[in-house]
Amino acid sequence: MAKIPVKMTVNGNAVEEQVEPRLLLIHFLREQLNLTGPHIGCETSHCGACTVDLDGRSVKSCTVFACQADGGEVLTIEGIKGADGGLHPLQEGFMQEHGLQCGFCTPGMITRAHRLLQENPNPSEAEIRAGISGNLCRCTGYQNIVKAVRYAAERMNAQQEAAE
Amino acid sequence: MIPGPFEYHRPGSVDEVIALLGEFGDDGRVIAGGHSLIPMMKLRLAVPDHVIDLRDVGGLDGISEDGGTIVIGAMVTQAEVLASDLLASKCPILAEAAALIADPQVRYLGTVGGNVANGDPGNDMPALMQCLDAAYVLKGPKGEREVAARGFYEAAYFTARGDDELLTSVRIPTPAAGHGSAYEKLKRKTGDYATAAAAAVLSMERGTCTAAAIALTNVADTPLYAEAAGAALVGSTLDEAAVAAAVEAAKAITAPASDLRGPAEYRTYVAGVMVRRAIERAEARATG
Amino acid sequence: MNDVAELTVEEREATLGGIGSARKRKEDARFIRGQGNFVDDVKLPGMVFGDFVRSPHAHARITSIDTTAALAVPGVAAVVTAKDLEPLGLHWMPTLAGDVAAVLADKKVHFQNQEVAFVVGVDRYAVADGVQAVEVEYEALPVLVDPKKALDDDAPILREDVADKDSVGQGTRRHPNHIFTWEVGDADATEAAFASAAVTIKEDILYPRSHPSPMETCGCVASMDATNGVLTVYGTFQAPHVIRTVVSLITGLAESKIRIVSPDVGGGFGNKVGAYPGYICAAAASIVTGLPVKWIESRMDNLSTTAFARDYHMTGELAADADGRITAVRAYVLADHGAFNTHAQPSKWPAGFFNIVTGSYDIPVGHVKVDGVYTNKAPGGVAYRCSFRVTEAAYLIERLIDALAQKTGVDKAEIRFRNFVQPEQFPYNSSLGWEYDSGDYPAALKKALAAVDYEGLRKEQAEKAAKGELMGIGIATFTEIVGAGPTRNCDIVGLGMFDSCEIRVHPTGSAIVRLGTKSQGQGHETTFAQIVATEIGLPSDDIVVEEGDTDTAPYGLGTYGSRSTPVAGAAAAVAARKIKAKAQKIAAHLLEVGEDDLEWEVDRFKVKGLPEKAATMKEIAMAAYSNIPEGMEHGLETTSYYDPPNFTYPFGAYVCVVDIDRFTGEVKVRRFYALDDCGTRINPMVIEGQVHGGLTEAFAIAMGQELVFDEMGNILGASFQDYFIPSAVETPEWETDYTVTPSPHHPIGAKGVGESPNVGGVPAFSNAIVDAFARHGVTHMPMPHTTWRVWQTIEEHGLNK
Repeated sequence: MAKIPVKMTVNGNAVEEQVEPRLLLIHFLREQLNLTGPHIGCETSHCGACTVDLDGRSVKSCTVFACQADGGEVLTIEGIKGADGGLHPLQEGFMQEHGLQCGFCTPGMITRAHRLLQENPNPSEAEIRAGISGNLCRCTGYQNIVKAVRYAAERMNAQQEAAE
Repeated sequence: MIPGPFEYHRPGSVDEVIALLGEFGDDGRVIAGGHSLIPMMKLRLAVPDHVIDLRDVGGLDGISEDGGTIVIGAMVTQAEVLASDLLASKCPILAEAAALIADPQVRYLGTVGGNVANGDPGNDMPALMQCLDAAYVLKGPKGEREVAARGFYEAAYFTARGDDELLTSVRIPTPAAGHGSAYEKLKRKTGDYATAAAAAVLSMERGTCTAAAIALTNVADTPLYAEAAGAALVGSTLDEAAVAAAVEAAKAITAPASDLRGPAEYRTYVAGVMVRRAIERAEARATG
Repeated sequence: MNDVAELTVEEREATLGGIGSARKRKEDARFIRGQGNFVDDVKLPGMVFGDFVRSPHAHARITSIDTTAALAVPGVAAVVTAKDLEPLGLHWMPTLAGDVAAVLADKKVHFQNQEVAFVVGVDRYAVADGVQAVEVEYEALPVLVDPKKALDDDAPILREDVADKDSVGQGTRRHPNHIFTWEVGDADATEAAFASAAVTIKEDILYPRSHPSPMETCGCVASMDATNGVLTVYGTFQAPHVIRTVVSLITGLAESKIRIVSPDVGGGFGNKVGAYPGYICAAAASIVTGLPVKWIESRMDNLSTTAFARDYHMTGELAADADGRITAVRAYVLADHGAFNTHAQPSKWPAGFFNIVTGSYDIPVGHVKVDGVYTNKAPGGVAYRCSFRVTEAAYLIERLIDALAQKTGVDKAEIRFRNFVQPEQFPYNSSLGWEYDSGDYPAALKKALAAVDYEGLRKEQAEKAAKGELMGIGIATFTEIVGAGPTRNCDIVGLGMFDSCEIRVHPTGSAIVRLGTKSQGQGHETTFAQIVATEIGLPSDDIVVEEGDTDTAPYGLGTYGSRSTPVAGAAAAVAARKIKAKAQKIAAHLLEVGEDDLEWEVDRFKVKGLPEKAATMKEIAMAAYSNIPEGMEHGLETTSYYDPPNFTYPFGAYVCVVDIDRFTGEVKVRRFYALDDCGTRINPMVIEGQVHGGLTEAFAIAMGQELVFDEMGNILGASFQDYFIPSAVETPEWETDYTVTPSPHHPIGAKGVGESPNVGGVPAFSNAIVDAFARHGVTHMPMPHTTWRVWQTIEEHGLNK
């Protein structure tokens, strides 16, 4: 099948590649761009391990063709950092609150939480649980993930207040 | 996991879409949010030779009200439904149902058009549209026409839409001010289709029900507009006898599949419970 | 030689981050950045991809396989069938249970989705097209899915390949579909106890088939280096050394020419212990093509063909006196093993450690009999935090004791107190052959009941019942058996189930530790560093832990069945103590005193009576390479292979409170309190995480997970559309607590904890739900407790009027 060009910005970098139309965004990221942070956990669009940010929205990159993202802006876990280039408060929170065990769901989970905190900078526990309901985890039982997101929300809101 | 090969098209207008649909016929499928089509393509249950992306097509977005009719563009996402102040104030049942569809990621891309057009009996919006007596605007080579949601669904994945037509918007008569509505959905887990779900939209005036519409999701091979169930409530005080009559009338038209969600008789039973709870919550929300 | 700026003993201990510290995990650094190295992240130059053509039929002859169209697909390099593997002797492989399993279906298929052909191509897209294009013709055969019919005279014979064998590796069998009979206990004495009992109860209890479903599916990258004759396989292996030995045995390659690497593994839960056709086919394809070959299965492949869990059809009985004091236990089990016996268990234990079915109770006599049978389903049985069938045993006894409580009218907590093994009875020899190491069951249950205000809950339940509201209280007081195991009775394909730890301390006082286990999320890079840190007085931050590369790690039997802490953790402590013993000699040399003049404190040897004269382990480390006593070799390193003298017996007391919607059958978990005793607690934060995860799995099993087969052998529900993996919305909140009863035989008293929450959690949920209906005479309800099953009980008793 003939390839078509796609252009997008991935983690702030301009990218221009040739892809088969059927190439899924997750494979484009993992195989063609070597960004192996987002993972594949299913093929029925349920698990969320492949979650990236596309044009300001959390999406399951296994259910998007790379060509659909042409002209778009993608953020993966590899692009999530703190303002000073160190750890993002979410990454700190996941470590402090033991929000991960095997680490496989973690990139998708953090990337989703990153967008969730932009939708709602001060989510309650119930709002966090609903907010990450598209990301499955088998190791943690979610309880410490919720704490990790709360940790990040508190730090980010405190930073915000300090800045104001 | 891997779809079959296809040619990708990104037309810029509805007319171009219709021309492509005419050219490709059965071999072409439009893609909106992609969260119905792509999963089927990954399992190779759908193998279109041509995929027509609607994302650059103008005129398919937006939520507006125009002289007593709410108009929702086909490409409006579930996330946009949830964020709409207009819908929150004028037609809250849509956001209530949207919140119960899939999960946050799917809702960012899944569209209203995608949810109502393909005839998947598990989708939630069709029953709502039937409850609200919505109409779908279809555009084809011969022009534009409207089909009532209540007459749109023929069988699972079979609708009144012609292969060469595109659903461009949904038109909903603005529900009466002070109406009460509710969507009750029993599901096994987040992201699941309904074991059974019921939508109720009703109006009350000084304790008497003046209008009522009830519709059911995923308890037949199409959504079900439960006309007799709604009629059983009108003119009543929503007393137990009327509600019980509505529940029985609704259950009587169900024909659910037995599957891992439960045997058919359970799903019919649950449909009845959902109808009852939807009526109760709608009543509590109605002012008048 | 002595430190100038002195920290207190407490501060020095805190700096170590050793045993007992809730320190943060070292492995997190890469995972939070998306820089884990999972198998599908592995890319080697020239790497190609492979995937399977799978059978749509559950039982059929293969009449033809036509690969012409597939080979014509652009990018497809080869299509491998059983015929191609036969000359290499790889079309069948020996299993861990003494049977053989097809690598690629040889003339017939035995379960739906069984591997029929392996397509190799440039990438997964070409391979997917190739898989579609292979044409296979089948001739359907009668299907057997009901294990109860497997031993009928007219049952279809499934395993024609072993039909004439009177054993398939587990003793004599009596029917072509029979695998083994395993019996333990005293049948006659048990029967006598039942005959004379004041009260008996009997329940048919199914533990349905489910699947561990880790977030990462199974896969590998196999790479044959033809120049050097070395086969490297990166893979999702919980037991990399066992895989290496098995690969050597079946391929004939020397083990020294095989390197197995488990990189980061995204959850195991017993799913990644055995060898799958994908590994063999990838390796064979690599050997033949000279290219690295990657195989990564889909989720549906994972759920429908890799090691399932449970599927135990049990009939359990208790005999008791009128006060509910149990006098005997009897259990018959029909075990559905699927089409091949690939049961991953120690070789002499065809039903795992099911004879832990006496649980936490002092039961004087018992008898257990298990029959294993073949059916047209995927093979497996031992997986999913089951500790080798301990989940099944615990579920049975905890359900039975509740049923006994209902029959005798004794309260469900009280009946447990009446039957507990008492603290003074340890070490306790159970009537079914185990020596429990330590436990204090009454203290654990007392603490749990007080924490939830059990009396208050029972009162509330009665008040609600009077109003027709359904509320249930479930108790599970489980004892489980982990740490396989003493080599005198535990081996995997003959390899004794010891484990190992190698420690090397560097001159500047940091260390590297390698073990024969392999973490898939349990935090070994942190917890084993903590053990060694406390033992040798170096900060855990400075101790690097490596596992999973058979080229460098000492031989071990891997991580499953909560064996890492009891066995490899013990090896770590023993190795560390050998290091410390040599360090003591070096310290004596440095301080010019006798060894006996020294005492150890946190991170240093001090001269008795002269505390300012001390040598820290850091100083000793440098001396080991620069200033050693006469006659000693340089270096500070050792390897320990630990053969545990016994298993360990973690235990717990869980209480679950549920409210049931009597109209829909929905169960809401109002509260779940879990008290675990895993002996010495190495990292409380890690333990809590393990319990949260295990309880969430137990919740999923109890409330919704099932793999169902229709009468044609079609598997239903084998995708995340149906298979119940709870999200953060469905998952309850967990309260965790603990007591500490160290294991007397373990060097640091630790028992292991990973499996406990699944073992104890499932019966807690199930008991709670049945308890809600107990006053209506319901003694058992089948799992999973889906809304429709709960509704059936509600309907039967007219509780939704």
